[in-house]
Amino acid sequence: MTTTAPPAPRQRRRDPRRHYPMWFYLPAGVVYGTLFIVPTIASFYFAFTRWNMTGAEFIGLENFALFFSEPYLFQGLVNTFVYGVLTSGLKVVLGLLLAVFLTSQIIARGYLRSVVFFPTLVSVVGVGITFTVLMDPEEGLINRALAAVGIAGPGWLTDPDLALFSVALVDVWKGVGLATLIYIAGVVAIPQEYFEAARVDGATAFQNLRYITLPLLRPATATVIVLSLIGGLRSFDLIWAMTQGGPGFTSDVVASVIFKQYQAGFWGLSSAGNVVLFLLVAALMVPLYWKLNRKEVEQ
Amino acid sequence: MSRPRAAGTVSGLIAIAVSAVVFLVPFAFIVLTASKNRSESALRDFSLPTEWAIWENFLAVVQARDYMLLAAFVNSTILTVASVAIMVVLAAMVGYVMQRRPNRWTPLLNALVLAGLIIPPAVVPTIWVLQGLGLFRTLHGLILIEVAFGLSFCVLLFRAFTATIPRELDEAAMIDGAGPVRLFFQVVLPLLRSVIVTAVIVQSVAVFNDFQNPLYFLPGDSNATVQLTLYNFRSQYTTQWNLLFMDILLITIPPLIMYAFFNRQIVAGLTSGAVKG
Repeated sequence: MTTTAPPAPRQRRRDPRRHYPMWFYLPAGVVYGTLFIVPTIASFYFAFTRWNMTGAEFIGLENFALFFSEPYLFQGLVNTFVYGVLTSGLKVVLGLLLAVFLTSQIIARGYLRSVVFFPTLVSVVGVGITFTVLMDPEEGLINRALAAVGIAGPGWLTDPDLALFSVALVDVWKGVGLATLIYIAGVVAIPQEYFEAARVDGATAFQNLRYITLPLLRPATATVIVLSLIGGLRSFDLIWAMTQGGPGFTSDVVASVIFKQYQAGFWGLSSAGNVVLFLLVAALMVPLYWKLNRKEVEQ
Repeated sequence: MSRPRAAGTVSGLIAIAVSAVVFLVPFAFIVLTASKNRSESALRDFSLPTEWAIWENFLAVVQARDYMLLAAFVNSTILTVASVAIMVVLAAMVGYVMQRRPNRWTPLLNALVLAGLIIPPAVVPTIWVLQGLGLFRTLHGLILIEVAFGLSFCVLLFRAFTATIPRELDEAAMIDGAGPVRLFFQVVLPLLRSVIVTAVIVQSVAVFNDFQNPLYFLPGDSNATVQLTLYNFRSQYTTQWNLLFMDILLITIPPLIMYAFFNRQIVAGLTSGAVKG
């Protein structure tokens, strides 16, 4: 006791910091450290090894060379980028439009907000299975509806060129409610005085949107982009429930490649996939963070 | 004033029609398929069942594979309750001390918290750690995993909210002789109630709906979570769409109840930070 506490007892009692003890960090730190920090650091070692049931053997950059040369691995990297950017972009655009619409003077606003938001809370696997049935090329409801109006619907999940985009669309269907919700919070926070001043100046509805709403929604946009990009880049559940990366490996993303390599027993390669995903996320998020924050300071 | 109102009515009606097609039809499809008999559900069309078999399907799916779905609901409930309770208390402790006692390590802690939000967890090394601890394929292990992955979000929430509690309260409690533990659990924590409700609801929905972590860290049928039963039933019931969709329906109900009771807290939690950036 006496060796570890240099200040005299009287001083310590007055020191308010004593009431916010450092050991409050300890329980969370132990769980977070062992199950998140340690595996993350360890992945940087295992990514350089040939690791399976028999043990881990250091092989340098071989896993990464494989990742960038083998089409079935590299395609996953490209798809992750496409999927992340596409879902995030669509969520920004649709979320913004829906939020502006759902804050205007329309009937049934509460109902519409709930119905747009609710898919966010539903099980991803459930949504995935449901849409796999709805998107079936012959039996599916979507193509039957299209056939009824004389359009031959595509093989949403069976066409190699289309499968990734179909899954991305379902992702947007499920996730746009969250983007809308964030934008609605942003729109509601804009002071009405701006719109009144604009009306005195004779601004049109479009000018209101362009010169008042959009610039003032920048923080909301930043939140939506960051959240949906983080979610999109690590997305696994929906792709696994709908296509399992197929047909072939045309809708594989890095997260599904990691799972497939893990199941196949190539643990080193799987860990290398984690490192690649980490680097991709960092390469996109760091400049984005920097840019979004910097612009805010400039204004 | 009548023209904007008319326009609002017309665009509202159009929106209701569009939302019905885009958002309600998939849910209606789940309900309808879940109430059909086996041969009708195999058609996978959007129609009313000729005979409603909703109760029979419910019994069949619950009894399937030796009441596996019931066991899965028990597992998922234990997982959700335990992990969210632990997560919220630990995160509140961290967020509180981080806000009240900033020092030169705080930027590093901030970076670690943000890392937890952004970095995708490394799967196989996590399994390796869990195996070393003897927690792989156990519910305890999965609970701790969910705690570790959910901490960051909660810490940010609690740190932001602790700032709104005046320090004078802490000082008053200290003068009255409260120690640090009592100060936190009896003075500060009750004042955090609204944000605790938010964190609990948002994280409960997330943990209950989680599929990836149970798939990796709790594989197999023996103690599956509800999301895994969906995945397992799917390969088993390729010809029994009515039972598969009944399973989807049952799994959708808990979040629906959550939303019906707590939609204000869910909205508050998900939009926190959106306006200030």
